[in-house]
Amino acid sequence: MSNTPSELKYVATHEWVRVEGNGIVTIGITEHAQELLGDMVFVELPEVGDQIATGDDVAVAESVKAASDIYAPITGEVVEINEELEDAPELVNSDAFGDGWLFKMKVEDESELDALLDAEAYATSIED
Amino acid sequence: MTSKTVLHAKHIAAGAKMVDFYGWEMPINYGSQIEEHNAVRTQSGMFDVSHMTIVDVQGTDAKAFLRRLVTNDVAKLTVKGKALYAGMLNEQGGVIDDLIIYFFSDTDYRLVVNSATREKDLSWMEQQAAGFDLSIIERPEFGMIAVQGPEAKAQVAKLLTPTQLEAIADMKPFFGVQADDLFIATTGYTGEEGYEIIIPENATEDFWQKLLDLGVAPCGLGARDTLRLEAGMNLYGLDMDETISPLAANMAWTISWEPSDRDFIGRDVLAAQNAAGEQPKLVGLILTEKGVLRSHQVVVTEFGNGEITSGTFSPTLGHSVALARVPRNVNIGDVVEVEMRKKLVKVTVTKPSFVRNGKKVF
Repeated sequence: MSNTPSELKYVATHEWVRVEGNGIVTIGITEHAQELLGDMVFVELPEVGDQIATGDDVAVAESVKAASDIYAPITGEVVEINEELEDAPELVNSDAFGDGWLFKMKVEDESELDALLDAEAYATSIED
Repeated sequence: MTSKTVLHAKHIAAGAKMVDFYGWEMPINYGSQIEEHNAVRTQSGMFDVSHMTIVDVQGTDAKAFLRRLVTNDVAKLTVKGKALYAGMLNEQGGVIDDLIIYFFSDTDYRLVVNSATREKDLSWMEQQAAGFDLSIIERPEFGMIAVQGPEAKAQVAKLLTPTQLEAIADMKPFFGVQADDLFIATTGYTGEEGYEIIIPENATEDFWQKLLDLGVAPCGLGARDTLRLEAGMNLYGLDMDETISPLAANMAWTISWEPSDRDFIGRDVLAAQNAAGEQPKLVGLILTEKGVLRSHQVVVTEFGNGEITSGTFSPTLGHSVALARVPRNVNIGDVVEVEMRKKLVKVTVTKPSFVRNGKKVF
């Protein structure tokens, strides 16, 4: 079974969310998702300043196998993107929960975080 | 019920991710498809191709039968071991399969056909063989390993006996020779130098392990696909099938029109198609911006729509390439559009070949 760090929050569509404090969260895709997709070749990210809403398709992870939409796990504003991915999309494969992060957001309503899955619930969701 | 090749345990031991490939449990990659691809382009890699179907055609009428069966003319083969690429067509001129034919003598040929089409190929051959004096003998008792890359031949040489080395010395491309228990051919599906080696089943694991010990990278079907696509080689089922004419699949070069009285299956239909000049053609497409061209995307041209037959990210070039069937009036160098994720993206038309011997060729 894939590794799912317990300090993160998850969405059933395979995004993870790390709460950084001051309303900032970091977002990426899970180890399980990168395993399914295989070698990443392009990652299209939103732009800093974009206002995005829960469920919007805001980014694309394109692997040798398929292009996969990445959905906003929460509503807010994009405040930073991982520019390393432009030249090194393989970071998503090698370190999905670390250097392979995608973007950071300023969350509009922090109570929305409570609706996300915890590690156990996400792990259960991918066992099916 | 899936079949396993003789190397199945080796794949599992190497941590391969296995997939079902037309009834065979095969490795898709051993970690990173791109690293495997690059190993073949820059050093050497090996593929388990034991699932491919080997068929020997032997007997008095073997030559006459094959001259009828396939688009290319086996009468061109006069040197022992020389190989020929050909299409096997139905009566409607559609491609039943593509195959390689090795010539040993006018009464002895070896065919290597796709495993995905094994059953229909064998039944078609049996059906067409009526009235010919010959035997069609499947040879499942062999494993097959493709060793490919700039260092592939040197790596294989380390495992051969002096007799075997002598047998393959100065062997030109597209030849095969039986050297003791190994059938060694200078063929491949990557656009690199190397060998495809047919090995008795009980010796295949040992040969694979020795190559592994030499540092030859095990490569899965994922890398096999990106390598063949960069090399502009067709994949049966994607780039052509029974509904597609070889004229529309960059296989016109495999059709021997001369001598004009050779009545190969599908000839009349192809001749009419050729005269009409209306068949679409298979070209290459290049996308240098972000994104990956994929099979079945629509190609929009001023002469009408076409379709991507195979598309991928090219690890060697760092951008996407594709094979596409487009109207015949589209020219090399034209800019056409592909519908990708609901947007039209501009791509450049090239000849259907992108990389050979590690180098860009368009």
